[in-house]
Amino acid sequence: MRLAILTSRVRVEEKLLIEAMQRRGIEFEIIDDGELLFDLAQLDERWRAYDAVFCRSVSQSRGLAVLHVLEHWGIPVFNSAATTITCNDKLLTTLALLQAGIPVPRTMLAFDEQRAIEGIETVGYPAVVKPITGSWGRLLSRINDRDAAEAVIEHRETLGSYQHHIHYIQEYVAKPRRDIRAFVVGDRTICAIYRTSEHWVTNTARGAVTSNCPVTPDLDGLCTRVAQAVGGGILAVDVLEDEEGGLLVNEINATMEFRNSIAPTGVNIPQEMLEYIVSHVREEVLR
Amino acid sequence: MAHCPECDAEVSVQGLLVGEIIYCSDCNAELEVVNVEKPEVALAPQVEEDWGE
Repeated sequence: MRLAILTSRVRVEEKLLIEAMQRRGIEFEIIDDGELLFDLAQLDERWRAYDAVFCRSVSQSRGLAVLHVLEHWGIPVFNSAATTITCNDKLLTTLALLQAGIPVPRTMLAFDEQRAIEGIETVGYPAVVKPITGSWGRLLSRINDRDAAEAVIEHRETLGSYQHHIHYIQEYVAKPRRDIRAFVVGDRTICAIYRTSEHWVTNTARGAVTSNCPVTPDLDGLCTRVAQAVGGGILAVDVLEDEEGGLLVNEINATMEFRNSIAPTGVNIPQEMLEYIVSHVREEVLR
Repeated sequence: MAHCPECDAEVSVQGLLVGEIIYCSDCNAELEVVNVEKPEVALAPQVEEDWGE
């Protein structure tokens, strides 16, 4: 078994994966996405040396581009380009979840300043405006009143790139100072954490504290359905606990970070990820 | 030993991997390990808009 791990940076997560591969006796190579040059019409034979390529690029656009090229060449990749493209884009994620009948916060989309404010007032204050791409809780806005709505939308229109002119607007979910991040590997929710913060943004990248969240049958059922809805793989599902609406799925991460989730859950997440890849590669060989 | 490109302090890359991010103990610059055999570090790239999970 020989794997390639595609990276932009070697973070704690990648070092944990390397340790897990060494323990498991898996040969591997770390490939820096910045070093790559593809001649698209010509399969670079180096990629045939790997049974699979595991995308861990911190750059979502680079990672996705590499997945597209490798899939085009018939190289097994994790996660698939289709799953990754859906998870990298909040609009596509929401549409996939709606298609599968999975509960999500009420979400509106607008392209014009006035329509965006109309959308915000339709979901009601406070509302949340997010970029459709991006991560780590960056550039999220909780909008508490009309003045803030006008200011934020004007700033997005004036200062943002064209992607920020797509206004993705959600109802604010009054969650209990925490959200849930559930880790799905294949058809199992292997563990989950609560991310607790005094701030309304509960990303660990923004300082939220993690603790174990029991994986109930309800949570497992929801999260495995979510994974199926976006094509499956190795995913982190962010879930909000709404007092009235129950569990609402907020977003899905295709190249998740997990350094803060191993200790509270007691689950060896990198090992679970590797076992999933190994078992899939073996199934392919037997076909 | 590598040298910090910001303040020229000596920086050890022993036991590290290419692509790891470290901090200069003198000036606290964020550095990326670019070579461990011939020790070399560079200023780490700034976080880009598409970075994340």
